[in-house]
Amino acid sequence: MGLLSDPNRRKALTNLLTRLNAPICMVCYLAAIVWFMGLAFEPFTLRTYMSENAMGSTMVEERFSSGERALSLAKEFDAHKRKAGGMPVEWLVKAMQARGLEVFTQSFSRKLPFPDENKERYMVRGTNVYGILRAPRAPRTEALVITAPCSPGNSDNQAVGLLLALAQYFRNQIFWAKDIIFLVNEHDLIGMQAWLEGYHHTNITGMEYSPLQGRAGSIQAALSLELSSDVITSLDLILEGLNGQLPNLDLANLFYAFCQKLGVLCTIQGKLQRNDWDTAEGYTHAAQTMMLMVLKQACGRSWGDHGLFLRYHIEAASIRGINGFRHYKMDVATIGRLLEGMVRKLNNLLERLHQSYFFYLLPSLSRFVSIGYYMPAFGLLAVILLLRVSFPGLDHFTFFNPSGPGVLTVLTPVVISHLTGVALYLLPVHLQEMAVEHFPVSETEAVVLTAVAIYTAGLALPHNTQRLLSGEGTEQGWKVLKLTALLYLAVLLGCTALINFSLGFVLAVTLVPITASMTPHMPKALSALAMVLLSPAFTILYCVFIYQELIEAPVSVGEGWMLFLSVISQGILDHALYGSLVYPLLALFIYPCWLMFWNILFWS
Amino acid sequence: MAAPLTLLLIVAVTIRAVLFRSSLAELISERVEVVSPLNAWKRVVEGLALLDLGVSPYSGDVFHETPLMIYLFHFTVDYAEIVFMVSPYFVDCLSCLLASLDRAKIAIGSNNLKSDLLFNFPGCLRHIISFSTCGLNNAIIALFIFCTLKGSALLSGILLALATYQSIYPLTLFAPALLFFLQRLYIPVNLRRSSFWCFTLQYAFIYVGSLVVITGLSFFLLGSWDFIPSVYGFIFSVPDLTPNIGLFWYFFAEMFEHFRLFFICVFQINVFFYTIPLSIKLKEHPVFLIFMQIAIISIFKSYPTVGDVALYMAFLPAWSHLYRFLRNIFLVSCVLLACSALFPVLWHLWIYAGSANSNFYYAITLLFNFGQILLVSDYFYAYLRREHHLTHGLYLKKKDGTEATLVLK
Repeated sequence: MGLLSDPNRRKALTNLLTRLNAPICMVCYLAAIVWFMGLAFEPFTLRTYMSENAMGSTMVEERFSSGERALSLAKEFDAHKRKAGGMPVEWLVKAMQARGLEVFTQSFSRKLPFPDENKERYMVRGTNVYGILRAPRAPRTEALVITAPCSPGNSDNQAVGLLLALAQYFRNQIFWAKDIIFLVNEHDLIGMQAWLEGYHHTNITGMEYSPLQGRAGSIQAALSLELSSDVITSLDLILEGLNGQLPNLDLANLFYAFCQKLGVLCTIQGKLQRNDWDTAEGYTHAAQTMMLMVLKQACGRSWGDHGLFLRYHIEAASIRGINGFRHYKMDVATIGRLLEGMVRKLNNLLERLHQSYFFYLLPSLSRFVSIGYYMPAFGLLAVILLLRVSFPGLDHFTFFNPSGPGVLTVLTPVVISHLTGVALYLLPVHLQEMAVEHFPVSETEAVVLTAVAIYTAGLALPHNTQRLLSGEGTEQGWKVLKLTALLYLAVLLGCTALINFSLGFVLAVTLVPITASMTPHMPKALSALAMVLLSPAFTILYCVFIYQELIEAPVSVGEGWMLFLSVISQGILDHALYGSLVYPLLALFIYPCWLMFWNILFWS
Repeated sequence: MAAPLTLLLIVAVTIRAVLFRSSLAELISERVEVVSPLNAWKRVVEGLALLDLGVSPYSGDVFHETPLMIYLFHFTVDYAEIVFMVSPYFVDCLSCLLASLDRAKIAIGSNNLKSDLLFNFPGCLRHIISFSTCGLNNAIIALFIFCTLKGSALLSGILLALATYQSIYPLTLFAPALLFFLQRLYIPVNLRRSSFWCFTLQYAFIYVGSLVVITGLSFFLLGSWDFIPSVYGFIFSVPDLTPNIGLFWYFFAEMFEHFRLFFICVFQINVFFYTIPLSIKLKEHPVFLIFMQIAIISIFKSYPTVGDVALYMAFLPAWSHLYRFLRNIFLVSCVLLACSALFPVLWHLWIYAGSANSNFYYAITLLFNFGQILLVSDYFYAYLRREHHLTHGLYLKKKDGTEATLVLK
C-alpha cells in the first residue's frame, strides 16, 4: 500500500502524470488502435479447438441421403405457399404429422410502432408451425431445435424441404436422447420471438400470441437454416445475436469440424479463409472479416433467426447456404449430412455448452481472439479517460466540498442533457401522428426525421443553459462538469464494453479523443466541427459506409444517407420489437454524455 | 433552521413515497445487493402467513426474523410502507445531531443535513425503496447512538440489547458506549479503580438484563426456542450462500465440509476482533469508535446489504472537518461508484446471459469491499492526523526548521 499511504512517492507519481499527461494519452490511443488492428494478425490468434468433451470424442457416420425428397418437398411447399399467400399451415401440419411428429401451431400478432419500410409490414399476423420428435427412450427433459423460416417469395423453400426430409430420416433413428423440435416460423424474427416467448412463458416485448399447446423440455441448442437454392457452393455461419451476444464458440467449432469432415466450403461474414497470413492481402482479408464481425455485433440486431435464442441462454447459430460462382457445387444431401452430424453431436451433450468462450472475435473460422486478448485495447482507451481526470489544474477538493460551487452548478447541465436524451428516446415514436399531419412524410420518415431533428436541436442547448445558470460560469464550473462527465463516460463505456465489446470499442474510439481534450479555451469553430464529426450519429454514419465497403457494395453519399436513416428506423424498431438495447443506450446515456461535453466547449 | 429542515424533510418523504409506488420498487426489492435472507420483506410476509396458520414461522428455513419483529409487523402489516418510509429518517436526523454535538468542532447545522441527504441519496437510493427490514435495524442502532450521546445509560443499554437481539453484531458497540459513559462521568479507565468496575457492572447489568428479558419475552410470545437456531444459528453458521455484496458466499460455496467450521470461526471472529485494538487506540474518542465499529460490522458481517453501507455512510458528514486530511477520497469514490454501476451489469451477464460466472461477480464484490475498507481506514488516518495536529500544531517543522511531512507507517 506504499503508493496509497506514502506521500513522497505519491507526489512523484502525480508530478510525472501531470507533466506527461498529453503524450501518455496519445501513446495510449495509438497503442489501442494498433493493438486492435493487430488482433487480426494470425500469429497473435489461437486456433479453434473443441472444448466440450461430450462433443469431441464420438465418431458419427452420417447416412442421410434423401436429397431428392427434400427438393420435391421444397417445390410442394413453394406451391402451397403461393396458393395460401403466406404460411401453408394445413399442408405443413399434415406433412409433419405424416412424418410421425407431434404437430402444434401458434398464432401471433403484433402492431409495429411505425411501418417497417425495409420489409414493408406494419400490422403483422402470422402462424408458427412446429413438430416435436419425441426421444424414443429417454425422459423428455431436454430438447434441440432446428428451424427454417417461411419467407415470402422464392426464398428458403429448400430449407423447409430439408427440414421435413430430416424429420423423416430422424424419426427412424433410435438413438435420440433429446426431443427435437422442427420449427417453421413466419415473419422471421417476429414469429421467432412469439414462439420463444410462448415457450418460456415470458412477455417482454408486448407481443400477442396464443399459448403453446405442446412443449418439449429445456432447449439445449438451436440451429437455424436458410437455404434458397437446389445446389450451393458454400455454407455461411452467422453467429451475431441480439445485443451483440454470441453463442458459445464450441458451436462454431462444431460447424467447422463438420465442414472439414464433409469437404464443404465454409465461410464466415461471407468471406473464405485464406492461407497466406504473412502477405498484406492475407492480413487485410482477416482484418476485414474481423471488422465486419465487430460492426455487426455493435449494431445490436440479430443477424439471423437464431439471435433471439441467445437471450434465453440457448446456444444457437444460423447456417445459410450460398450459391456463388464456384465450380464445385454441393447438393442438399450433403447439407443434410452436415446437419445430421451436428445434431447427433449436440444430442450427446450432458449439460449446456459452457466450456468454450462466450466472448470472442473471429478473424476467420479457424482462428479466434478471446476476451483476454481484445479487452486491453478497450482498457487502453479507458485509461486515457482516467488519466485526464487528474489533469493539471483540477482541484478535487472543490468537487466534494458541499458548500462550494461544486456539485450544484454541475447539476443543471447534467439534468438538461439527460432530459434531452429522454426526449430523443420518447418523442420520435410518440409524435409521429402529429408530424404526419403537418408534414408530407410517411410515418417512418416522420419518426426518423424527428429523431434527427431532436439530435440537432440539442446542439443549440448550451446557449440556453447558460442563461439559466445563476452566473456561476466560472473556471471551476467547467472543470467540475468535465470531471463528472469523464467519470460518467468511463463507467458507461466500461459497462457497455462488458456487455457488448464491439459497441463499447467503436464508441470509445470516436468519443475518447474529443472528450479527453475538450476545454472551453480551444478554438471554438474547429473544435465544434470536430465534436460534431465525432458525435454518436456520425459514428453510425461512418460505420454504415465502412460496412458497405467491407461487404464490397460501396454506396454513394446519397445512398449512404438513406441507409443511415433506415439504420435509425431499424434500431428503433429492434428496440420496440425484440428489446435491443442499442437505441436506448445511445439516446438515454451516450447522447447526454456527449451533450455535457458540448456544454463544456461553449462554457462562457 | 427549522423551516428549511422541515421543507427538506417533506421533499425527501415525497420522493420516497413516489418511488415506493413506482414499478421500480418491485424490481429493486428483488436485487441481491439490497435484500438478504435475513431481512427480505417477502420472507416476512411468508412468516406472517405461517403464523396466521398456527404453524411456527421458523419451520421451512424461510423466515429468519426475530419474534418481536414478527409481532411488530403482525400489527402494522397494512402500514408497512409508512414504517419503511419513516425509519431511515432516524439515521438522517441522528447524523445531524452528531455533528452539532461533537465537542470542540464547528457546528455546521442545517447545511449538514442537506449534505447528509445528498450523501444518502446516491448511495442509498436502492435501499430506500427496497422492502427490507434493514431500515428498522438501522433505526434501532441510530436510536441507541442518540440515547448514548444524550447520556441516558438505561435507555442506551436497552436499545443496545434490542439491536443485539436483532442481529448479534451490535454486541461490539458495548465497548464504545461504555467508554462514552465513562468519559462523560469522568471515571478514568483504570482496572484498579472501583468506580470503573462499579459503573461497568451497572451498565453490563442493564444490557445483559434487557437482553435476557427480551429473549424471554420472545420465548413467551411464540412458546418455543425455535427462534434461536433460526435467527442466531443462521447468522453464525451462514448456511444460505445466495450471492450478496459480502465476502462469505463465494468462500463457503467452494469450501470443503471438513474445513467449514474452522473458516466460519475465522470469518466471524474477524468482525469482533477489531473492537479490542480500536478501543485501546480510540479510548479517548468513543464517538468515532462507534462509527468505526458500525463500518466494520457493515463490511464484515455475514449478510451485508447496501442498507448496512448506508448506515455508516450517513454518518460521514459528521466528520466533514476531517475532509482536508483525507488522502484517497477521490479514488475511493470512483471505486465505489464504478462498483455500483458494475454490480447489476455482471449479475445480468452471469445469471441471464450466461456468459460470465460467479468469479466476475465476486471480483466486483471484492473491489467494493476493498473500497469500503479504504474509506474507513482513510477516515481513521484523517482522525488520528487531526488529533496529532491538535496537539502539535498545524504546520510541522523538523528540528532544523524545514517543513516536515507526516507519514503513517
